[in-house]
Amino acid sequence: MSATATGSTATGPTAIRPTATPEIATQEIAGKAAAAGDNPGELLEISLGPHHPSTHGVFRMDVSLDGERIVKLKPVFGYLHRNHEKIAETASYLAAMPYTDRLDYMCSLSNNWAYALSVEKLAGLQVPERAEYIRVITAELTRLQNHASTIGFLIQEMGASGTPLMYAFREREKILDLFESLSGSRMMCNYMRFGGCRVELPAGWLDEVRKVVAEFPRFLDEFERLLAGNEILMARTQGVGVLSKELAIQGGITGPILRASGVNYDIRKVDKYGIYDRFDFKVPIGAHGDVYDRYMIRMLEMRESVKILEQALRDIPSGPIMDPKSKIRGFRPKAGEAYGRIESPKGELGFYLISDGSPNPYRYRVRPPSLINLTVLEDMCRGYNLADTVVIFGTIDIVLGEVDR
Amino acid sequence: MDQKLKIELSQQGIFATTLEEVYNWGRKNSVWPLTFGLACCAIEMIATTMARYDLARFGAEVFRPSPRQADLMIVAGTVTKKMAPQVVRLYNQMPEPKYVIAMGACAISGGPFKQGYNVLKGIDRYIPVDVHIPGCPPRPEALIDAFMTLQKKIDAQHLTGDLRPRHLRADTSSEFVVPQYGAHDLEPAKNPKLWNITLKATPTEPRAGENEPGKS
Amino acid sequence: MNLEKVKSDIEAAVPGCRLQIVVNGSPSGQHSLLLDREHAFAVAKFLRDDPELCLDYCSNVTGVDWPDTEGSGYLEVVYHLYSTVKKHGPLTVRMRTEDRKDAVNLPSFTPLWRSAEFQEREVFDLYGVVFDGHPDLRRILMWDGFEDHPMRKDYVDPDDYEYEPTAHDAVLKRALEHSNRDEKAGGCQ
Repeated sequence: MSATATGSTATGPTAIRPTATPEIATQEIAGKAAAAGDNPGELLEISLGPHHPSTHGVFRMDVSLDGERIVKLKPVFGYLHRNHEKIAETASYLAAMPYTDRLDYMCSLSNNWAYALSVEKLAGLQVPERAEYIRVITAELTRLQNHASTIGFLIQEMGASGTPLMYAFREREKILDLFESLSGSRMMCNYMRFGGCRVELPAGWLDEVRKVVAEFPRFLDEFERLLAGNEILMARTQGVGVLSKELAIQGGITGPILRASGVNYDIRKVDKYGIYDRFDFKVPIGAHGDVYDRYMIRMLEMRESVKILEQALRDIPSGPIMDPKSKIRGFRPKAGEAYGRIESPKGELGFYLISDGSPNPYRYRVRPPSLINLTVLEDMCRGYNLADTVVIFGTIDIVLGEVDR
Repeated sequence: MDQKLKIELSQQGIFATTLEEVYNWGRKNSVWPLTFGLACCAIEMIATTMARYDLARFGAEVFRPSPRQADLMIVAGTVTKKMAPQVVRLYNQMPEPKYVIAMGACAISGGPFKQGYNVLKGIDRYIPVDVHIPGCPPRPEALIDAFMTLQKKIDAQHLTGDLRPRHLRADTSSEFVVPQYGAHDLEPAKNPKLWNITLKATPTEPRAGENEPGKS
Repeated sequence: MNLEKVKSDIEAAVPGCRLQIVVNGSPSGQHSLLLDREHAFAVAKFLRDDPELCLDYCSNVTGVDWPDTEGSGYLEVVYHLYSTVKKHGPLTVRMRTEDRKDAVNLPSFTPLWRSAEFQEREVFDLYGVVFDGHPDLRRILMWDGFEDHPMRKDYVDPDDYEYEPTAHDAVLKRALEHSNRDEKAGGCQ
């Protein structure tokens, strides 16, 4: 069921490692950092962000340093809080769909799916088979471009300015071209609807996808050849930012980070939403939970996504793409509530909806994986150098639109 | 200088120009933007610098992380009220001559998030904007177009005379008011020197029960 | 998971607790469990530690504002719990405050599930629910000096933009109010 992510050994700093403490109130700072903590006069406080090249947008960390070592790190949010939930509660159900594009703006199609899935649960809609296949294809393409860019950004933050990111974006552009011909927009696709998809695939689109998917492993091989054995990459990543299994579960971490820490929890396998039970794919599991594992998990996940895509492209049937019961105008689900979730490239993306029978949701809540994955950032960074923080932060793979919503 | 004469001279192998032309030619071809992404548009901004669109062709690929080294701020994304003071502060820290591109609907007006309680309804309320690009997000081509528009604008600036830009006047300040966090809103909610538009439209009395948002 | 059985298990393990099953009318069929404030923490601890339920993963925490229900209304906090070991869930658990003004305290589940830390801060920020026992209860999305709780249904946002002509009467009404205000203030300000 699982593939081991690395054949490497953890060779990182042995001095101080973040200790996994299940109860937050009893956290202790180990070793040298604790000694410095008794003497706060020696600590240097830095506000990293909200304008900082490594923070993936307008994220801010208040960091206390003992020399170069992190003693305390408090994330500060809200610089991109654009009131998605409030706006969605004043508009109709469908009107919130374009806003979901702008949550995690790297992966608009996954967000569409999560929201559509929740509304389908709330209203009891059935999705036709062809639409399910289209959803899988688009979501897995999204995962490919997200993971590729994430790794590109990560390497960029380690100092390899430009080149790896250019390789990643070269592939991303090919996938964005597919999205554009499908939905009319490169990034904000707004493609899925409650009970199906918006429009039928353009002529020849599936062949274009097949071409991109067939070429993708070549890019992965190339990327891996350039990166996997790279000494600098290994030195910067192995044994850095170790996250234990217990702390990962305790902190509600999801997605590749959780699996890199050795927990076999992939919502595609657990919930089997959509038609994921029909595909044969593996869930890569890490052994060390460090930055290198998190990088490697993403590489392996891309290979699995390619496998899913190949199967979906082979099996996709013809037929309708919308549930005939679904209404675009006058859509009023019965009073009640529903929580739906999917495995987005970042982790568990959930939507919690309460309906009071009116055309707009009474409560509309996004469960953002990016925000909750930051819960343990302090534990992952404590004891490491400031320069490592940037790398650790890079592997969490956040998008601020989703963190602050 | 007369264009005809210039061409005639150049045909004779004589290169004639003015200081103003050389100065603007140099400036417009090495605009250094600030690495400053706010939201979705930032990803398109990054895509613009990448291999396919290659902003380096326009001399603007050198993104500087420090405002002290930057000429151009691309406000790429939604400016929230929590972020607005920092945006203005960064702008104030940039050395003159400095330019602003408001990229995308949000930076122009708040865009799709205009109704939000924490969303600034356009960055023009606090800093002067040179080029607006509509779109949500604008395509990389649109950003390149904005660059070229800005280059034309720089090229047309005079070193002397009444029309010379702000940075060549002693009596104008290059710093703008940084808003403060208030109890309910930013204070001030706009910079009245820059933004003094009043609504001239006379809205009709609402008709009861019709066209209420959310009712269908 | 059978909610009736969970309920009886909890009642056996935490004596004195008052539980109520909140029926969900939608086709999703996700019924939830309403906890009383006094025993909520003990119940949550049981849910986490019970070897059969083993709900070790608290996925989603959110607030809901009910201003018109039961007299003065109340604020509600909803938790969605899953198990990474047993791979089941969600168990939806909710708590309600006494009213919306002063008695807005609820026990914090952050000592049990750290994933609740930021989410409870968010509920505090946007709804004004005070979580007792939270290690670091500060505003998270809005700035510190901000006084309102913007996700509440009765929140009035600042009149800070010029409304465009639109088909929506609500917007037209606000535009009229806005231009009246501007006239009073002497045109542009």
